[in-house]
Amino acid sequence: MLEIKNLTKIYPGGVQALTDVSFDVPAGQFVAIIGLSGSGKSTLLRCINRLVEPTSGQILWDGLDITAASREDLRLIRRRIGMVFQHFNLVQRSTVLTNVLSGRLGYVNPALSLINRFPRQDIEKAMRQLERVGIADKAHVRADDLSGGQQQRVGIARAMMQDPEMILADEPVASLDPVLAHSIMQYLEKINKEEGVTVLCSLHFLDLVHRYADRVVALNEGRKVFDGLPGEIDDQKFKEIYGRDAERVG
Amino acid sequence: MWKPNRPLLKSVGLGLAILFGLVVYAYGFQVTKVNLDETRSPRRQEQLVRILRALAKPDLVTFQQQEVEIDLPYYVPCPEGDVPEPTIDRSRPYIEAAPPCASPGETITVRGYHFAPNSKGPLNFIPPSGVKLTLGTIQADEQGNFTLQVKLPKRDSPEVQHLRATTRLSVGAPMPSRTAIETWDKIVETVFLALLATTFGTLLAVPLSFFAAYNLMRDVTSPVLAVALNLLLLPVGFWLGSQAASWMGSLTSQIRTSYLWNLLGMGAGIALIYLAIRWAVPPEDLLPPGRWLRLARTLVLVGASLLALAVFYLLSSTLILSGNWLESRLGSIGFIGTFIADLGDILGMLLSVIAALGGAGLAASLAGSIGRRLSRGLPASGLKILNVLLAAAAGALLLILIMAALDWFYQFNNPVVTRTLPGGIGALLGAIIALRLGVHDELPVGMAIYFISRTIFNALRSIEALIMVIVFVVWVGIGPFAGVLALSLHTVAALAKLYSEQVESIMEGPIEAISATGASRLQTIMYAVIPQIIPPYISFTMYRWDINVRMSTIIGFAGGGGIGFLLYQNINLLNYRAASAQMLAIAIVVASMDYLSAKLRERVI
Repeated sequence: MLEIKNLTKIYPGGVQALTDVSFDVPAGQFVAIIGLSGSGKSTLLRCINRLVEPTSGQILWDGLDITAASREDLRLIRRRIGMVFQHFNLVQRSTVLTNVLSGRLGYVNPALSLINRFPRQDIEKAMRQLERVGIADKAHVRADDLSGGQQQRVGIARAMMQDPEMILADEPVASLDPVLAHSIMQYLEKINKEEGVTVLCSLHFLDLVHRYADRVVALNEGRKVFDGLPGEIDDQKFKEIYGRDAERVG
Repeated sequence: MWKPNRPLLKSVGLGLAILFGLVVYAYGFQVTKVNLDETRSPRRQEQLVRILRALAKPDLVTFQQQEVEIDLPYYVPCPEGDVPEPTIDRSRPYIEAAPPCASPGETITVRGYHFAPNSKGPLNFIPPSGVKLTLGTIQADEQGNFTLQVKLPKRDSPEVQHLRATTRLSVGAPMPSRTAIETWDKIVETVFLALLATTFGTLLAVPLSFFAAYNLMRDVTSPVLAVALNLLLLPVGFWLGSQAASWMGSLTSQIRTSYLWNLLGMGAGIALIYLAIRWAVPPEDLLPPGRWLRLARTLVLVGASLLALAVFYLLSSTLILSGNWLESRLGSIGFIGTFIADLGDILGMLLSVIAALGGAGLAASLAGSIGRRLSRGLPASGLKILNVLLAAAAGALLLILIMAALDWFYQFNNPVVTRTLPGGIGALLGAIIALRLGVHDELPVGMAIYFISRTIFNALRSIEALIMVIVFVVWVGIGPFAGVLALSLHTVAALAKLYSEQVESIMEGPIEAISATGASRLQTIMYAVIPQIIPPYISFTMYRWDINVRMSTIIGFAGGGGIGFLLYQNINLLNYRAASAQMLAIAIVVASMDYLSAKLRERVI
């Protein structure tokens, strides 16, 4: 159970990205976060693993206070939370395998990892993850030689290497074409359904939300404006979330 | 601001700007003493032509010279009575003079026959004293004959004097001249000087550049308590580290004279360290270990590091021993043995520094974790008091250490200035900072390190290596080693800045992704930063090598070895043909380095 309580983030410079956002996510749920660009979706996801330090508010995860965790405890929390990014954030010049293995960095011997040594079982695990997303043959290719869809699959494999209990996906399909978008979303769905991993996923397209999400949280200018089932978003709600002049597409 | 609808004002402004420009350039001409009269003076032009012609003929090749010397007895003035007819061997080259004798200062004609075709040389007058006086220059024709009209010197003597024709002919294949050989020697020295300086500079600049990278240091913050503890414990750790090194050094000194003990010691040490690491650093920790286990592990690791120091001391002495042995056996390539022995020596010298830095690092991390724990565990009021006390102590210590460094330079010899005053002010400042900040506020330690390292790099960079070498010449004597040290220092500063700018321009995404996996800061640097900076680092290192080759050609002007020393000497001796050979060598080396580094950089990126 993830509990977000009165979360507020003000960036240095005064931009108010989140204002008093509160909601709970039961374990195993697939939550879509929607809203316009700049509505605070990325900030919200990044506050959960403290890539962004919240200004105030509290985030509890199974009773553990993430917001108050020390640096060392935070490391232990982070390794149980996988993250997938819009721009994949792979290390371009490293091989696919190294990129996937870097998901284990929170677990392995720190000294050996610095000279690029990973335990045999981790390497086998990485190959299994790559097989699962269908690019095992690319293991020794440099990451920047892959197409966008393949790179995002590497990103998912990297997150899965952490044995995560939760995955934060920050617009994972926004840089991909619709066909690829579905295939990536299906991987996330599979991880959610088969392994019971909680997924928090920010999305642009409402049809993806309808198809994959159990629940929707909508943000507008940093405030929570909607929290409910995907089917409950009618035209009235839609205008509240996306503004008066928005029109539905897709 | 100019308004577009006021053209008059605009053109007046433009006129003023042009006037201002004129004044600036006029003043520039005056202070740089632009003097066109000098450029037109015939005397200057003559000198210029002479130098340019000398420069155009670099002294590169020489030939074996065949010299022919022919003497003709001659009377100046004519003796009383008959002039004795000189015996002339007409089977060899010979000279004749008409008239057969003459008064001092008279002009005579000298003819020569059967010399080597096209040979050249001086025609000398040899008085009884034997001191040659050059009368003219012989240039034999195709048949080897010449005619020369010369004016006799005013050296009259009753004895017979001589006219001597000396001709020289280049024979055989061209050989490199003495200058060419010296130039080759020195240009090789120059290239290696640049190579060593670049290598040493790069090795230091790579780790230092991370401290000067804004995006890495920005987020490094620490509570007041941890900072204060850090400042207090750092010198202690530094001292303990260097003590540990000297302790291990003297402990191993007993067995360091024998190969066998060295090797046995190293083997045993490495095995023990391996076991210690295997036990103390388990591959995966799913749960944080308990306190006692952690303590035991830390103690074992400290023991392992002491052991590692000892192993390195043994390695150093093994290198020195085997290097010296090789040096005596290898003969002409004995320099390889010397190099190995030098490596051992450098390792031995560096160990105490490394140990001291390691000790300081350990103390810092210990202080950091104690500080964090205390600042979390204590109640706010107690924490505030502790903050103020420790910050005051740390401030006092910091200023006293700074003053001690200044005292070393300026020798105040006054305890009030070096201890009491800075201690008091430091304590006051520390206490004020701790009072003003909230108990849980974090100090931007990373930014402080960033600014300090930036400032040091900028200051070092602004001092040319040519000036730095003066200090190093005093320390290690005139020669290429001083040049290597000066160029290395300059390279560290310049590369660290260039590198850090590269770190600042990397993509943030991978850093975010790797730190989100729960990686430590060091792991994040290793996996997200380093892969991104390898190509620019290689490219900048090569560029720097290029610069260092150019710098090392002139570092000799100040005594730093390399070809510059030779060039400087020859220019001062007005030996322009030799200087020209050296300039040519520099041009060739710099141009080919330029080409080579461009090619290599292309390939890397």
